[in-house]
Amino acid sequence: MSAIKVLDLSVKFEGFEIFRDINFTVEEGDYIALSGPNGSGKSTLVKAMLGLIERESGNIYFFDKPIKDFDEWYKIGYVPQKLSISPLFPASVEEVVSMGLLSKSKLSLRLKSYDKKKVLDALEMMGILDIRNKNISKLSGGQFQRVIVSRALVTEPEILILDEPTTALDPETREKFFEILSSINKERHVTIILITHDTGTVGKYANKLMYFDRKIIFYGTFDDFCKSESMSHYFGYGSQHIICHRH
Amino acid sequence: MNFFELLSFGFVQRAIVAGCFIAILCSVLGNFLVLRKLSLIGDGLAHITFGSVAVGLILKVYPMYVAIPLTLICGYGILLIIDKTKLYGDAAIGIVSSAGVSLGILISSIAGGFNVDLFSYLFGNILAVSYEEVLLSILLSITVIIIIICFYHQLVSTTFDEDLAKVSGIKTKRINVILILLISLTVVLSMRIVGIMLVSSFLILPSVSSLQFARSFKEALFLSCLFSLFSVIAGIIISFNLNLPTGAVIVLINLCIFLFSFLLRKLNFVGS
Repeated sequence: MSAIKVLDLSVKFEGFEIFRDINFTVEEGDYIALSGPNGSGKSTLVKAMLGLIERESGNIYFFDKPIKDFDEWYKIGYVPQKLSISPLFPASVEEVVSMGLLSKSKLSLRLKSYDKKKVLDALEMMGILDIRNKNISKLSGGQFQRVIVSRALVTEPEILILDEPTTALDPETREKFFEILSSINKERHVTIILITHDTGTVGKYANKLMYFDRKIIFYGTFDDFCKSESMSHYFGYGSQHIICHRH
Repeated sequence: MNFFELLSFGFVQRAIVAGCFIAILCSVLGNFLVLRKLSLIGDGLAHITFGSVAVGLILKVYPMYVAIPLTLICGYGILLIIDKTKLYGDAAIGIVSSAGVSLGILISSIAGGFNVDLFSYLFGNILAVSYEEVLLSILLSITVIIIIICFYHQLVSTTFDEDLAKVSGIKTKRINVILILLISLTVVLSMRIVGIMLVSSFLILPSVSSLQFARSFKEALFLSCLFSLFSVIAGIIISFNLNLPTGAVIVLINLCIFLFSFLLRKLNFVGS
């Protein structure tokens, strides 16, 4: 069973075609680095896959179920590139993470003990357990980023989709973050799609690369990418080497 | 005259009960509105009510029978405009609101004026609340708050971030419709009782004050209710003793609470 199947996906925005007839399959347990230049449609691709923006045509399947019939959203964790929340939003770190549980169970006004444990586990995994009672408006960009990742992890998802989650992180935390993602992928077999420009670093952890520029330029393993003559021509040997040298 | 002496008057008892229930109702809803940048929806829907009351009067039906469904439809219209045009909420409210006022003025002009004061439907008086209106305010508040409790997590999550809520499997469109219909119903019924000035201020001021302090959403709801209740009771006592208009005093007390809260936050008197 594939984790995600994208068939003939086309997206238009106000009459302007972003991309057309995109097809690919993500196997369970894959760790895919999704990369491409700014404005290439990576975030749009992910949003269209999740049903957050309207599709012009095409179909999306999660675990072989068409998206319109898919109701096991707790199996999917999503970390968007940016959130549109008010800077005065009155919520503690714990409250924000517990919102993720809504996809799994009907929450009562007071969090049940087993739900609370899941929230604390997710916070601990991201190393922010100590700030669980802090108001989110008082967090640094990096801390807030980790709160949103914890929110995505709280339901123990089978697919994790992250849109440039490391932009607000310092290099040390970023490296640690990649290691956490890698262990989630290896130990829990969580399928990961990570939008990133940091292809050099992520190449150490991800097993596949998708290079997207309003169409799929390359999709396959890092090894195949590094051996590919056509990619050498496309990127030039220097750029290909940068992506491959840490792999 | 102290508070207990004031309570001996029937109209003061009714003003306090109706005022407190509507204050709680509006300040709870206000938290969702302010955080979604829809604070001015109270004023916008009031203008719609103005237009729809005029429609009722010209059709010779009880104006509220026209105003309630029309305001609900226009509330939904604001949502549709935001969704389809990608405009911000304030612009969508402005579009619907100006349409409501112009409709009211146009109909009033065609009809050559009405015997009933069109504006009496906009500017209720908290000290002139009838027994039936007290019952209506209690019933409305309890109904709306029960619905909010039922959808509490979905409402908070959708207010936090709609995309994240959608990926959590929440039917965000349905939640937005529920919220906008509750607000429309609250505005159209409450403003007949206490007036648009109070409804509009209860929708904004207690929640912006509570947001200066609150560390959690529930705390924000609790504090905004507390501030609005205080403003109603203090407003009635002060206005009575100083012979001032009650509604205006209540609004000014809410404004003072906001300024005080804002100052406390700026001076870092508010913890993490």
